Amino acid sequence: MNAAGWHTFVVGLLAAGVARGTPILFATLGELITERAGVLNLGVEGMMLVGAMTGYGVADATGSAWLGLLAAMGAAAALSLVHAIAVVVLRADQVVSGLAITFLGTGLSAVIGAPLVDSKAAAARLPSASIPALRGIPIVGPVLFDQNIVVILGFLVVPVVWYYLYRTRAGLHLRAIGEHPAAADSVGIGVVSQRIAYVAVGGVFAGMAGASLSLAVTPGWVEGMTAGQGWIAVGLVIFAGWDPVRAAIGAWLFGAIRRLPLDLQGVPDLPLFRNPNLGYFLNMLPYLFTIVVLIVGSRESFRRRLGAPAGLGLPFVRGRR
Amino acid sequence: MRAGGWQVRLEERLESGARRSWMGPGVAIVAAFLLGAVLIAAAGLDPLQIYGHILHTAFGSAWGWSDTLVKATPIMLCGLGVAVAFRMRLWNIGAEGQLWMGAWAASGVALGWLPASTPRPVMLAVMALAAMAAGAAWGAIPGWLKARMGVSEIITTLMLNYVAFQWVCWFVFGPWSERGFQLTPQFPSSAWLPRLSDAAHLSPSFSGLTVHAGIGIALIAAVVVSLLMDRSRWGFEVRVTGDGPRAAQHAGMPIARNTVLALALTGALSGLAGMSEVAGVVHRLQDRFSPGFGFTAIIVAWLAGLRPWAVVVVSVLFGGLLVGGKEIQPAGIPQMLQGLVLLVIVGAEGIARYRLRVSRAEAGA
Repeated sequence: MNAAGWHTFVVGLLAAGVARGTPILFATLGELITERAGVLNLGVEGMMLVGAMTGYGVADATGSAWLGLLAAMGAAAALSLVHAIAVVVLRADQVVSGLAITFLGTGLSAVIGAPLVDSKAAAARLPSASIPALRGIPIVGPVLFDQNIVVILGFLVVPVVWYYLYRTRAGLHLRAIGEHPAAADSVGIGVVSQRIAYVAVGGVFAGMAGASLSLAVTPGWVEGMTAGQGWIAVGLVIFAGWDPVRAAIGAWLFGAIRRLPLDLQGVPDLPLFRNPNLGYFLNMLPYLFTIVVLIVGSRESFRRRLGAPAGLGLPFVRGRR
Repeated sequence: MRAGGWQVRLEERLESGARRSWMGPGVAIVAAFLLGAVLIAAAGLDPLQIYGHILHTAFGSAWGWSDTLVKATPIMLCGLGVAVAFRMRLWNIGAEGQLWMGAWAASGVALGWLPASTPRPVMLAVMALAAMAAGAAWGAIPGWLKARMGVSEIITTLMLNYVAFQWVCWFVFGPWSERGFQLTPQFPSSAWLPRLSDAAHLSPSFSGLTVHAGIGIALIAAVVVSLLMDRSRWGFEVRVTGDGPRAAQHAGMPIARNTVLALALTGALSGLAGMSEVAGVVHRLQDRFSPGFGFTAIIVAWLAGLRPWAVVVVSVLFGGLLVGGKEIQPAGIPQMLQGLVLLVIVGAEGIARYRLRVSRAEAGA
């Protein structure tokens, strides 16, 4: 394959990888915010599925993909509030409650979404947002500026979340209720109410993640269409050391890895990769990579003793350590 | 809240930990099914008709009971394993992948690692051992990562499910495929677990009953796990580690070793579930032979309060849900109900920590 061929291959892989990584990016950022507030929510997969189904269903019914996106955010947030009530108010076990949310979301989206499976609504797509002036720049142009609007939204959300976490008073409070809820409570921060709110924020992000799948990246609704991406997001939060910028890099990297099996089969110089049996092993890559990423992430946090919010997973009761 | 000089307060119970008996699994299941009825009705379906259909199909006849026990078998085996891991607060959600690996190893034995003429007891025993070994290895990997490097077993066990699925798919579509179809050739009959219908010559009422010896294996496993957890030193260490890791550490218990062992045991039992499924039901390996038994097992184990005998009973209930829900469209209803059951029991444990206290309002309060 000549230089031009490789250029096409690399640019195609990067562009598709960034697009595929966008749903994972939203889900990861949402989970990161929730965990920074001290709550573990393993329901991301279920919330993403509810978001994907609701987004597609509402867009199909109303003809507006934007309404679909809004509805997806609302529906996933509602599901996350169930988790918030269970673990923040009733102080149920966070792991089991999160699992329950995933089961519930998976089943609920399959039941309600069943009539949507064969629908091929053209209206239910978020528009692409290519910028003609910048699209022509080599490599960077097609990767950054010739994408769906949710991908662009993803680029913008990362610095916003970073700024909110590290440079605003509200973000300081958010980190405080996750690190040391008792101290936060003693200076008058409402730990319970804020934790509930940030679980819901995580839900909103998971809903965006789901809708960006069903309305943009892989348009349409099929039950279980997230295929573990919600879980990958939970793993990426650990890899990222609870930092939004590292989370974004991880998510886009993941998108590229998810895309790799498809792209490699199209390269004529690599006949090895056209062996259909190899596809199964390439399909394992994202999941194996998550494990590797976790090993790297946890080794580092072992060494540096930083990363996980100190109050993560622990219920807060005023006046009790 | 105050009314007429009386006040009602929600206050926390002083004694902690113990589950309230009044909020047993039964109440949780009823509450979850009521909630489910609301959701089903909201989706435009008739909940009464659907529930009636599930009950009738699963428990209305000998055939129904037989099918229910067939579905309950893998759930029971996986559920027993999950219960052991959860008792140590190891969140193994990889029973599904461990079941797939067990089914794969058992199929390997049946399809050629042993000759078809091998006597049935030897063939079945080797299949079971191979399945347990494969499942145990698949469970020990996350256990080792957790013990050595503190890698969260929640994510690793889950990710390995997807890897196991692709692994089995490769064999089913590739080396073991029968004429390019996505299934392996049928096992030789020496690799079939005996079914009750095989004994139809003894009593005509047995004919057509597909319940197989796997349920016996599962019940034996329940006895073994129950003895192991309640009577053995290892079970004691697992329970202490689950209740208070600090205490276990100070007592010098080998937490790292037990972590690997507990996850390997879960894997071995789930692998056995995979063997029982391919040798007892489908008699070949194919993709999608499991509708998520390993995930259902998590709910079953929690609902059973991690008690082995309760796992047996709850597995039968959930097996019935799968049998009765099989023909219902849309297909997600059993899964949705499972999620609701788990959610209700989790919430109930939270609610049970409080009590309503009615007292005379204090002056000026």
